[in-house]
Order: sequence, then structure tokens, then C-alpha cells
Amino acid sequence: MALASVLRAELAEFSPNFPKNFPKNFPKNFPEDFPDDSEGIPEILRDPPGPPRVLAAPPWGFEAEPEGPGLQILHGTTTLAFKTPHGVTVAVDSRATAGSYIASQSVRKVLPIGGRMLGTMAGGAADCAFWQRLVARQCRVQELRNKEPVSVAAASKLLANLVYQYKGLGLSLGTMLCGWDKRGPGLYYVDSEGQRVAGAAFAVGSGSSYAYGVLDRGLAAAARSEEAACELARRAIAQAAHRDAYSGGCVRVMHVGPEGWREVSHHDIAELQDKYLEA
Amino acid sequence: MLSAAGCGLSRPEAGYGLEAPVQHHRFSPYTFNGGTVLAIAGEDFCIVASDTRLSEGYSIHSRDSPKCYKLTERTVIGCTGFHGDCLTLTKIIEARLKMYKHSNNKTMTTGAIAAMLSTILYSRRFFPYYVYNIIGGLDEEGKGAVYSFDPVGSYERDNFKAGGSASAMLQPLLDNQIGFKNMQNVEHVPLTLEKALQLVKDVFISAAERDVYTGDALKICIVTKDGIKEQTIQLRKD
Repeated sequence: MALASVLRAELAEFSPNFPKNFPKNFPKNFPEDFPDDSEGIPEILRDPPGPPRVLAAPPWGFEAEPEGPGLQILHGTTTLAFKTPHGVTVAVDSRATAGSYIASQSVRKVLPIGGRMLGTMAGGAADCAFWQRLVARQCRVQELRNKEPVSVAAASKLLANLVYQYKGLGLSLGTMLCGWDKRGPGLYYVDSEGQRVAGAAFAVGSGSSYAYGVLDRGLAAAARSEEAACELARRAIAQAAHRDAYSGGCVRVMHVGPEGWREVSHHDIAELQDKYLEA
Repeated sequence: MLSAAGCGLSRPEAGYGLEAPVQHHRFSPYTFNGGTVLAIAGEDFCIVASDTRLSEGYSIHSRDSPKCYKLTERTVIGCTGFHGDCLTLTKIIEARLKMYKHSNNKTMTTGAIAAMLSTILYSRRFFPYYVYNIIGGLDEEGKGAVYSFDPVGSYERDNFKAGGSASAMLQPLLDNQIGFKNMQNVEHVPLTLEKALQLVKDVFISAAERDVYTGDALKICIVTKDGIKEQTIQLRKD
């Protein structure tokens, strides 16, 4: 499985065979082909043999969500992205909740994948951060091999195929990959259920329905200028944060264009709500 | 003494219209041992503090079980939740620190330890370590750094964070006093070590008043460029 092989690869340098075989016998499909001599690695750090355990038939009869008493991982969000002739505009909130407790109001929900692509984060915070970091690494390797920036379609497919191996095991991931490649602006939605769709506009997360309402109304006008697009994105997140309890904190608006990605603005939602809700 | 991990009870069976509750005692590999951890980052220092009570259900197993573990000369980690997983996790971190030191001939920086802990926690995504971690230390520039984690490895750098059983009580107070949230017309003075220490003692005294799992004693680790100093202050033992 991808997770196990990546973690084994991280400890590769501690394997006794490593210096002798490198670089002449370097396996073509690293890390899958790496010799499995995990005897050198202490028992406690090794992966157990076979697929990840627990969920098949654990001896004590676990439920599908083996997260003990009060174990709560971070969820909840509103993120959105849409294409314009100038590129892709991305906006996210910054709240992370664990059950009903707000664990943080300053989470970064946009993760850069190389210099020309952004991935948004919705669902489980650790799942999104881990798998996108893995995809970013994979994209870099691909760029080095092919001497060409990786396309958004390829990156999204990499991510979708990685998480599909874990379908049904409880990963929670709803991410949009936004970038500019040789085909122009690219926007894909990938989730842990195995969906991978290309589109012109998406809103993802617990506050997505509220964001769609604002977004769909202003999309035609937003195509006019980058400024209008960013303002629309900002407003959609602010309105969603107003109605969704699990979204809030600040709005971060970013833009991906032909020259790469950049952060456009960063506002506290409390200040924005004074502006938008004064009517 | 064998301490049984908590047993779960299920809802009464409704299928055949039975009125009497049917109890299924199921083995759970987790239990909750309580405790609170707090970390505050300053301009050139970092404070990591924890209480020292180890409880389970209605009992107290120990009054002297601190939850701060020293990792390097510049980094301290606080772990609360299930004590068994805290012990194993700190053993694994210490082993990985040694491996890094032997192969790279340098000590791991605070940020690197945080990134590594994230992958260690995520490697157990489907049978998590039931531990809430907070790492406190100095970054490469000598400034205070606090990294807070969830049980499966999502992490973030903060200026201050409370974790554990009384975290929901302490965090709003810190947001107000250190983050100056919801305060108007107040000067944002940078936090000094003396003021931070006084604040830590005050918040733990408050937490011990209102949280049953927090109390007994408070252990404070102060990380500065001169090393790590420790202090112990007594709290309510009831």
C-alpha cells in the first residue's frame, strides 16, 4: 500500500544494503522495488506485514471508526475555486474543529504543490496535509524525470489513485487542485470516495452550499477582471462562514496564473462581516 | 496492578421490544488518563508546562506523573491522552532522534521534529495514537516556537496552545491575555518571561479548580538559549 511503502522508503538509508547498491543498482520504480530488508529496522518502527490492520476482522470487534473515547480529529471547512480567463481564483476559510471545539482559527488550508499549483484542504486536516505533501513530492520527481512541469490533470490523477487504495477505510479528503499548465487554467476536484472531476467552479466543505449561492450569482461578472473575481471569492467565503458554524476565522484568497501562484489577500471574517452585512 | 482499559456499553436492544437494557462489555484498547499541557512561545524563550496528575475513571494513579518530556537541548514535548500511547510515542521519537543524530551528525531542529512527528502519527492513521501533543522549543533563529498536533498528525505552528482535558478552559483565556482577542484600546506589549510564567501558574490554578483531571502539581520547563530549566509548583490535590 502507498502509505506503508512511503514510510519504509523514509527509513531506507538505515538499511544495511543501501550504500553498496547505490547508485548503480538503483531500482527503477523506487520506492516499490526497494529491497524489503526491514530486519535492520527496529520492530517497533516496522510496518506490520500485509495490508493495514484493524478494519478487516479485529479480535475485539471494532466499529468502523476505531477512534477511542473522545478521540476527535480536525474537520470542517469552506473552500472554493473557479476558473477565469486570467487563471484560477482560490479562497478558503481557516477554522479547524474537533467535535464542537474550535481547535484553531488560523489553519492554512491551501497547500502549494510546486510553484504553479495549489491544493485546497477540506475534510480531515491530517489526511489532506499528508496526501497532498506526498503528491507534491511525487510531482517534483516527475518534473525532474520529464524536464517539464507536471499538468494539473496528472497531479489530480496521482492523488485520486493514491487515495482510492484506501477507499472505505475512513479517509476524509475533499480537495481541489488548481493550476496553470500548458492547456491553460486547470481545476479538478478530488475526494476520498474516488471522485475526480474537472470543472469551472467548485465549492467544497460543510459550508459549500452557502458558498455556491453567492458564487453562482456573480460568476459571469467575475470573468471581467481579477479584482472582481477575488472580491467574489472573498464574499462567498465570508457569507458561508456567517451561516456555517464549522467555518470561520479568516479568508485567504489566492490566485494561480501563468507565472505561478500568489496570495492576493488575507482578511479576518469579523471585519468583513461588518462590511457585507451592514444592510 | 493490571489496569483494565475502559469497557464500552451499548444501547438497549430495541429489536424484540425488550425493555430491560442489555449490556455488552467490549474491550477497548484505549483509556483516558487525563492531564493538561500548555506551551507559550516568546521572543527568545519557550515555556512548556503540564500538570502531574495521572487518573483513570474516578481514581488517581499517580500525583507525580509529569507530561513534559525533554527531547533535545532546545525542544520539549508535552503529551496527554492515553498514557500508554504517550510512553510509546515518546520512545519512538527518542529513537528517531538518535537515528537522525547518528546519520546526520546534528541535532534535529524543533521544526524538523514537528514534521517528523506528523508522519509518525499519520503512519497509525487507522489505529491512532490517542495522544494530544504540543511541542515547544526554539527555532533556528532562536525565537520561541510552539507546534500543536491532533491525534493523527495534522499540525500547525502557534504562539501559544493548550492541550488535554482542560484545554477548552485555558485556550480562551490565553487568546484574551496573550492574543489580545476581544480587547479594545489595549497596547500589544510583547510577552516577557516573568509575565508568561505568572500567567502559566495562574491558568493552571484556575484549571485545577474546575477540571477534575487537572491538579496535584505543575511542572514548568523553560527553554532558552542557555538550556532547559525546570520548576515545580504545587496545585490543589483534591
